[in-house]
Formats: sequence, structure tokens, C-alpha cells
Amino acid sequence: MANTIHVDVVSAEESIYSGDAEFVVLPGVMGELGIYPRHTPLITQIKPGVVRIKVPGQAEEQIVYVQGGFLEVQPDVVTVLSDTAIRARDLDEAKALEAKRLAEETLQNRTSKADIAMAEGELAGAVAQLAAIRRLRRRS
Amino acid sequence: MAGSKEIRNKIKSVQNTRKITKAMEMVAASKMKKAQERMRASRPYVSRMLAIARHLAHANPEYRHPFVVKRGEPKNVGLIVITSDKGLCGGLNTNALRLALSKIKSWQAKSVGVQVSVIGNKGLGFMNRLKANVVSHVVGLGDRPHLDKLIGPVKVQLDAYIAGQIDELHLVATRFENTMKQTPVESQILPIADLEGEVEKREYPWDYIYEPDAKTVLEGLLTRYIESVIFQAANENIASEQSARMVAMKAASDNAGTIIDELQLIYNKTRQAAITKEISEIVAGAAAV
Repeated sequence: MANTIHVDVVSAEESIYSGDAEFVVLPGVMGELGIYPRHTPLITQIKPGVVRIKVPGQAEEQIVYVQGGFLEVQPDVVTVLSDTAIRARDLDEAKALEAKRLAEETLQNRTSKADIAMAEGELAGAVAQLAAIRRLRRRS
Repeated sequence: MAGSKEIRNKIKSVQNTRKITKAMEMVAASKMKKAQERMRASRPYVSRMLAIARHLAHANPEYRHPFVVKRGEPKNVGLIVITSDKGLCGGLNTNALRLALSKIKSWQAKSVGVQVSVIGNKGLGFMNRLKANVVSHVVGLGDRPHLDKLIGPVKVQLDAYIAGQIDELHLVATRFENTMKQTPVESQILPIADLEGEVEKREYPWDYIYEPDAKTVLEGLLTRYIESVIFQAANENIASEQSARMVAMKAASDNAGTIIDELQLIYNKTRQAAITKEISEIVAGAAAV
């Protein structure tokens, strides 16, 4: 068996890289990590940075940029769970605050009057319409 | 000959409508394909993350993250509703909102407080009319949603959960079954129940090396896991929206076709009637001379 390790770089939005490698360098939170095949199992957070992958039979290294996330190492597989956004505690906090503020604003700007009964009536009407359309279509 | 001009105009207008619905159908069809691909693309991330989180939960039984601990009968719950931004997609949003509404009603009957987060314009309008307690919302995700936009609204609910303001978090979204069928589903996001499932079996006991430590890693992983589950649901919703729209627009085009045929028949009949009348008038006139 060739001395290689399978590398998957995936994010929530897409699969970024998948292939075999002889050697991988990753930016861990505690420092740079160099992974060779048959590495002991390891999980770590990674910092935004460059993942360098030495592909067998190629002189040049594959370079993938990741925005931080997690790294899982198994003896024969390296999985990078990359973030798609730049994450930091205060950045996330700011986003949550912004979302809250927006919601409060809309709450204050509510003008129309309605309650559950009315909304239910509206929905029932819409459903009845859909059913009627379906029946009409079947008849024609 | 009174009606013939009006009928001609009517036919023209229905033909124009058909052109529009036909175009929308084709746009939806091509968008649906891309949305389905994206939906599949995010699956490995979610499943890998769940597998790791499961292993961590098993390897570290002494540390229980609040996301995993069950809290008994809930006093307050959080609800995330995913709808589309635009209409013209059949009963998609109506069905999802109906499910959300019945959930809210059953909670209110047990006097359980509900705080809602809405993704998508249609749901936001509905929840506003309902005067529900909307704590966060996001609209205008577009055809290609980004996780970036979801982090804030989801974090509002997660923070509320950690602070004890809500005891459960639920999600209502449309599941994409196939092009013809989309069903609204309700699922519980928090506390996470899936972690009790099977772990990958090995012949010997093993554990990871953790950097910096297991707790930090687990915390980060679980937050991302929940976000990615919701992101996945948002992706699925867009695929559902596009296919529902495609089907709805196809039906609209077909209906326009039937109407055109009917009108054409009426038009031909009135034209024929006018010609017959003219001939009989000429014949009658000739006979009189």
C-alpha cells in the first residue's frame, strides 16, 4: 500500500478539497501541525490560514485556504471541517445583537391587528383555495 | 360581430401570461437543480460533525454540555421557522406555517411560552400578523444562502437556551422529498437527542488527543453542528421552493393553454356566425330585388 493519507476539506456550504496526500500541514490553534500517514487520532481547533497538502507524484503542494474550524485526524483520514465565515466570540456576539435589534424594531413597527384565530382563518382559506384549484385541474 | 375583437384581445393577454409563467417555470427548473446540488454538498459536513460529536460525548461521559442535558417539562420553548422569501410557489409556505401554527397553539394550550425566530420573508409577515414573540429573523437569503447570515439569529436562540430562558428549541421547515413532493416537518434541535446513537466500533479502545481540551472542542463543535443543521434545512427549503414553484408554474401554463383553446373555439364560432348572417342578408336582399 502506498504511504498516503486521505484528506477531506469540507465546509457547511461545499466540499472544498478531497484527495490523497503524503503529508499535510495545518494551522492548529496551538501551533502548526504536520501530519504524516498513520498519525495518532487527534482533534483540534484550527486558526484561519493555509492548509498545505503534498500530493503524491506532484512536485508542487496543493494549497487550500481555510477560515478556521476543526480538524479531525484518524490514522488514514484527515478531515478538516472548515468554517465558512470568520468566527470570533465578539463577532458572533455582534451578529446576535444585530439580529435582536432588528427583531425588536419590527416588533415596534407592527401596525396591523390580528390574532391567532384570524391567521388560522387566512391559512384555512388558502388551503381551501389550493384544494379547489387541484379539484378543478383534475376535472379539466 | 360585437365580441370578436374583445375575444381576440383576451386571447392575446392570456398568451402573454402563459409566456411569463413558462419563463418562470424554466428559471425555477434550472435553479432547482443547483439548489439540490448545494443541498447534497452540505451533507458530508453535517454527518462528519455528528460522528465526531457522538464520539466525544461517549469518550467524555463526565462532561455534559448544556445542549445535551434534558430539562424535563418545558416552560418556554424556542421555535425556528424556515419559509421562502417569495411567493408563487404553491402551498409550500402555507403548509409549513400551518404546522408552525398548530405547534404554537398546542404549546399555548399548555401555557408554554414561545419565542420565534423566522427565516424568510413570508414567515416573518405571517408571524408579525400573528403578533408572535419574534426574537430574531433573517430575510433575503437569496438563492445561495450563506451560513454567515444565519449565525446571528440562531445565536439569539442558543443564548436564550443557555441562559435558561427556553428549555427546548424546535425547527419547522420543509423537507425536500422529491420534485413533486415537499412535506413540512417539525423537529427538535435542542436538547440534542442524536448523541446517544451508535459510535463507530473499533477493536480496541481509543481516544483523540484534544487541543486545547475536550470541553472547548465539544462546545465549538456542537454550536457549529446546530448551525449547520439549520443551514442544511435552509438549503433544503430553497430546493423545495424552486421545485414547488416549477410545478405551480407548469400548472399555470397548462391552465393558460386550456383557456386559450376555449377562447379560440368561441372566437371561431362567433366569426362563423357573423359570416353566415352576412350571407343570409345578401341572399335575402337579392331575393327582394
